[in-house]
Amino acid sequence: MAGNADNAVDFAAGMLVAPTSAVDWLIVAPTLITIIGGASLVMLRYQAKWHGYLTCFFLAMLVVVDAILLARVMEHGPLTMTMGRWMPPFGISLVVDALGALMALISAVVALTVCVYSLADISVTSTRFGFYPSLLWMMTGITGSFLTGDIFNLYVWFEVMLISSFGLLIVDGERVQIDGAVKYAVLNLMATTLFLVTTGYLYGAVGSLNMADIAVRLREMPAGAAPMGTIATLYLLAFSMKAAAFPVNFWLPASYHTPKIAVSAIFAGLLTKVGVYALIRTLVLVMPEGRDLLSDVIAWIAALTMIFGAIGALAQNDVRRSFGFLVVGGIGSSMVGVAVGTEDAITGAILYAVNSILVMTALYLAFGILMRKNGGKYNLADLGGGYKASSWLSILFLALVFAASGLPPFSGFWPKLILVEASLKEGYGWLAFAVLLSGFITTIAMGRIWAHAFWRGGPIGTVDGRDAAPLYTLSSVVRHRVFVPVMALVAMIVYIGVNPSPVFSVSQYGASTLLKPDHYIAAVFGPVAAQRTVMNEDHATAEGQEDAGAAKSRGPNSNRANSNRANSNRANSNREGAH
Amino acid sequence: MQTLIFRTTAPFLAALMILFSIFVTLRGHNDPGGGFIGGLIAASAFMMYGIAAGVQYVRRALYFHPISVAAFGLVLSATSGILSLFEAQPFMTSQWTFPTIMGVEVAISTPMFFDIGVYLVVMGSLTSIALKLEEE
Repeated sequence: MAGNADNAVDFAAGMLVAPTSAVDWLIVAPTLITIIGGASLVMLRYQAKWHGYLTCFFLAMLVVVDAILLARVMEHGPLTMTMGRWMPPFGISLVVDALGALMALISAVVALTVCVYSLADISVTSTRFGFYPSLLWMMTGITGSFLTGDIFNLYVWFEVMLISSFGLLIVDGERVQIDGAVKYAVLNLMATTLFLVTTGYLYGAVGSLNMADIAVRLREMPAGAAPMGTIATLYLLAFSMKAAAFPVNFWLPASYHTPKIAVSAIFAGLLTKVGVYALIRTLVLVMPEGRDLLSDVIAWIAALTMIFGAIGALAQNDVRRSFGFLVVGGIGSSMVGVAVGTEDAITGAILYAVNSILVMTALYLAFGILMRKNGGKYNLADLGGGYKASSWLSILFLALVFAASGLPPFSGFWPKLILVEASLKEGYGWLAFAVLLSGFITTIAMGRIWAHAFWRGGPIGTVDGRDAAPLYTLSSVVRHRVFVPVMALVAMIVYIGVNPSPVFSVSQYGASTLLKPDHYIAAVFGPVAAQRTVMNEDHATAEGQEDAGAAKSRGPNSNRANSNRANSNRANSNREGAH
Repeated sequence: MQTLIFRTTAPFLAALMILFSIFVTLRGHNDPGGGFIGGLIAASAFMMYGIAAGVQYVRRALYFHPISVAAFGLVLSATSGILSLFEAQPFMTSQWTFPTIMGVEVAISTPMFFDIGVYLVVMGSLTSIALKLEEE
């Protein structure tokens, strides 16, 4: 369109005409890197041995881009880019605020560590079946969810994430994997369908899909004009299913232990947190009225999820299932923040999500190393002798045990402290008690695993440390590939535990943007307002010319221009369909 | 399905269907049609040819593995949105050019390449699934 000089089109009426600087492209870069990376790996499907290294390279790029993005958000406030120059709220906006950028960065880091671990864990056959492209595309979905500012687009990224995660779940094609995948798929498909239906309902009630626009319209609407209670409850249910909160959490421990340990690790770290993120985004930023209505319900769900997760972790003998329940418990802690809803509480929820991403991934990976050493045993009764086989591993695991239980000086301590304090301040004493109680039960459950797997000399039925078969030692290549990721994650956990202020300030900034979304809204609609002002001034100074121009553009020789415009519109809707 | 009539006509039919799929794809910008439906038509052409002649002939005719074709389509669609970077416009802003080729003005645009990418993704992935099923 831009190249055709003889057809004058008044772009300014429907499009942003201000030039976009190349730096703003960082907002779409994360999704582009992973989409194109995954597609090029599929094209190179016969060079399976390069897949792992190329994926690590793409994910390293993703980490760098997300880090720059976070730095820019901290400096300039929320950033935005609206696809195809269409004016928000009509174009699809990608909006990055501190919460989105932080979550995107942490997930990219975790994905990179898991990718390094996969170099040792994933067989050539699984690579041929498309493990690495699925991993990259899952990261597309996850990062896209964190960076989008459009609620329908969020649904699309959820689908991208979900479909790629099916691929990862069944990559070995074993019977038990298919069984786990069916449970996972059914519940997640129901959740996304519910999400879609609710989005349709919200669109019907408010008339917009752009999150900033919905937030503005809902705040302007008189109370009771839109059925906010229903919509917020439906969103709560949909995202609770994705996040595996209490009444709808059974799919998670039933499916997360079936795939390869690297896949379990990234699932446990990232997927449920996307659900929590979506819950925070919709209930706190978009429809605070709904959150106020539901805060007691969310508090109950949070408390039950925490206690249930901790008790479930204590009850299981399969260590991987036990970790699955720990993931569930962590979701409860994050939801405490949503229930209380003050700035401190939401800061705590974000911090806890960050901590849970790092800790859960590291736990699965560390346990994977032990499983490598003992020949794939995962039942507590069969474990033992871990300390004798590798004192390093047992120390790393102990650090993770403390971090998961929320003991200092690890990253799990600070968010729990903040959440307890925020709950007490808002009069939710029983919720604070639930946080502490679940921490206590988790400590017992995790201590039990550590004591059985590492402390004692051998499995049940052997005399301590004598008749147990010695554990395997790993070759140095494998040792590096499996230990470096776990060490990196534990180093981050210790760093956040000792020096929480950088992550804390980012989370706090994220929480304040959510509660006072003026900056978020201004980032989306600022360019539009600026353009309108300029247009009005033009209009006032050159009224006559403007009319002539408008008449010309509707004149006979500009048929093509008009149809072009309609075409681009169509192309836009095609694009949505293509996703 | 290995009747003589079907086996003889299938190559012609398949060729016609692929031509038609390209027509539908390019037409889709202004009229009903587009990459998705075009890809479906092309995939059904390959499916039919596979039923009539046998899967190995389809694979040989395609030369590239269908999934690789789909992946190339994805790359094409994604990169078609990147061109606007050089015009200082946001991602996916359409770029148009109207060169005159042999006296005819031809509209070439990034939405067209996006649609061709969609065509390849749909055609490649569905053909891949169908051929696998026909092999079983």
